[in-house]
Amino acid sequence: MIKKSFVFVLLLLLGSTVWAQESVLPKVTIKTLDGKNFNTSEIYNDGKPMILSFWALWCKPCQKELDAFMDNYEEWQEETDVKIFAVSIDDARSTARVAPMAKSKGWDFEILLDANGDFKRAMNVNLIPHTFLLDGNGKIVSQHTAYFEGAEYELYEKIKKLVGK
Amino acid sequence: MEKLCSSMSFYVLGLLYTTNEKIRQMKRPSLLLIALLIVLGGKAQDFLNQATVNGSFQIDAQLYRSDAAIGITDSSIAGRKIGVNGYGNIIYSLGNFKAGMRYEAMLTPMLGFDPMQEGSGFPYLWASYSTDFIDVTVGNFYEQFGNGLIFRSYEEWTLGYDNSMNGMRVLLNPSKGVRLKAVYGSQRFYWQKYERNNRGLVRGVDAEFSFNEILGSLEDSPLRIIVGASAVSRYQRDADPIYKLPENVGSMAGRINIGLGNFTLMTEYAHKINDPSALNNFIYKEGHALLTSLSYAQSGFGVVLQLKRVDNMGFKSDRAYVGNALDINFIPPINRTHAYSLTGKYPYATQPNGEMGMQLQIHYKIPKGSLLGGKYGTGIALNLSQVNDIARNPIHDTILIGQPGTMGYTSDFFKMSGDIFFRDLNIEIDKRFNSKLKGIFQYMNLLYDIATIEGHAGDPVVNAHIGLVDLTYRLSSRKAVRVEAQGLFTREDKGDWAAMMVEYTIAPKWFVALSDQYNYGHPEKDQRNHYYTASAGFTRNATRLALTYGRQAEGVVCVGGVCRQVPASSGLTITLTTNF
Repeated sequence: MIKKSFVFVLLLLLGSTVWAQESVLPKVTIKTLDGKNFNTSEIYNDGKPMILSFWALWCKPCQKELDAFMDNYEEWQEETDVKIFAVSIDDARSTARVAPMAKSKGWDFEILLDANGDFKRAMNVNLIPHTFLLDGNGKIVSQHTAYFEGAEYELYEKIKKLVGK
Repeated sequence: MEKLCSSMSFYVLGLLYTTNEKIRQMKRPSLLLIALLIVLGGKAQDFLNQATVNGSFQIDAQLYRSDAAIGITDSSIAGRKIGVNGYGNIIYSLGNFKAGMRYEAMLTPMLGFDPMQEGSGFPYLWASYSTDFIDVTVGNFYEQFGNGLIFRSYEEWTLGYDNSMNGMRVLLNPSKGVRLKAVYGSQRFYWQKYERNNRGLVRGVDAEFSFNEILGSLEDSPLRIIVGASAVSRYQRDADPIYKLPENVGSMAGRINIGLGNFTLMTEYAHKINDPSALNNFIYKEGHALLTSLSYAQSGFGVVLQLKRVDNMGFKSDRAYVGNALDINFIPPINRTHAYSLTGKYPYATQPNGEMGMQLQIHYKIPKGSLLGGKYGTGIALNLSQVNDIARNPIHDTILIGQPGTMGYTSDFFKMSGDIFFRDLNIEIDKRFNSKLKGIFQYMNLLYDIATIEGHAGDPVVNAHIGLVDLTYRLSSRKAVRVEAQGLFTREDKGDWAAMMVEYTIAPKWFVALSDQYNYGHPEKDQRNHYYTASAGFTRNATRLALTYGRQAEGVVCVGGVCRQVPASSGLTITLTTNF
């Protein structure tokens, strides 16, 4: 009897751990660059921090921000294992142009397409660039709109703090 | 009981009791009852603990002043010295359940927004339940089928555009790689509530199959195939005194997306049955649209070719309406969306009654360390787009092209007319000189049929050359100066323009900027105005406050293919946005 209860409590604890690790991001279906459906609750980085950045082809500051991330990405990943998800909110007029543009820039991020703004609305994004820093569980640690030169350093300080460095 | 339920552990305890009860085969019902209460109580607590609320607020306000030089007098302001557009969006979520609302107050709307937008209330209220298998939404929602050729419901706050649906939506994922959608409802028309027969109803279904996911063995195949199909119908009562109009207008679309290695081919074709409307001048011709793109992308190089043909594809939920609302579908313009004030001065808007267009875009990054690439590499982007009218032939010698009440015209699918609506050839170079200085250089050659696109009947086609330089210099790791210089040269419309902007930023919080647009080549000397602005802003996390004082030139503001005419204005603009 006691043994059974003990096993049950253990199972429950395990269950709750799984729950705690599940991403707390809204569940919205958007697309990958391949055109496949992608559920945003699957935005995940093995328990490591993540950057979620909303951008568009018509937004110059967004591209400057992502370029700045790219310049530092290798170092950031080495130090903190952070992963960047760049969500394009370009609609059907430009979705076909996102992959050629992003790849030619050498952006090594996970690029997602939110052509009808469903994820944007679920995340309450009004103006872009809008960048979220997420912890390993997908919880929002901080967020920022607009990009000014050098803002990436402050973001990196926050990432380092998050992983305890 | 309340005390007992105040922590998560009692929820666990409750479950434990229930299980034990089961093991004991429920010999003691009173204990079971207690356990059940504890479980329920615990759950109620979870409902509060696990629920999240998030949202955002935005207020755009303008204080207008009279400014005789640009034609704004007290009488044109007509007492409306302040325009305010504000909204708040709140989403509540608890596990699989979500509910949300948006409150809007446009009292009075800012200049350039449709006067019908004046009002306040909750135009967007919804609740949804979603699991991995099913997602049901009641109330207002946004949705898009494929590229939107027969159905797209969306909003663009900055443009004052919102065609949200009010009804129900069901999304199903019956198995891996299969996604089904069904929607029905009425569309938002500013603040006018839907009443029986005051506008049409929209119903639609969509199915998408991703073969690589359906056939799990192909998951990593270099060949990827996704096929989709949709059907949308509009019901609107026929009360026309002259014509017998179809009350149910059906449309269908099919799409395929094939990927092979670095290549992607995407095609969608849409067809609509006859739909005489104010937009097509009441002709009974069927409509169609084709959108196709072929792209290749690898690291450092990308190219995309897009083709489009649209014939009589305007589709609104009120056939009598021609304004910027109630669109059921979205026909994407295929041309570059420009990001600077002068390159974006003449933006293109889709002509749903007929157009044929192409776009070619090439991106190349000259590698680091090469002669032209320099230490950091150099990015080059070339973009060419052109849109022509379709060729139309009369259906009979005695019937004019587009004559109301007839089949309208015939049009050869592969032929286009010599009338060019729009052409944009631009090249952009993106170069970093050293760790401090980087720049963007752009040249654009533009042809713009202002009579067709903006409805300025009789005006000559605008032919313009536009050049710009955007330099950013980092003073320190957080401080930077950005300078933008642009020139637009044309003999048509308002003639030549020059624009200059200087911006100083302290990351991540502060910016100040000064700008001037000078219409020095205006054919009428007294209208050679300066449109100067001074602005400053503060951003802290997701809160942003920006102030702009000065003059706004008359023009067209476009986001995502929808354009809005903005009149000239003068005064103070305040934008406050926050997110939580």
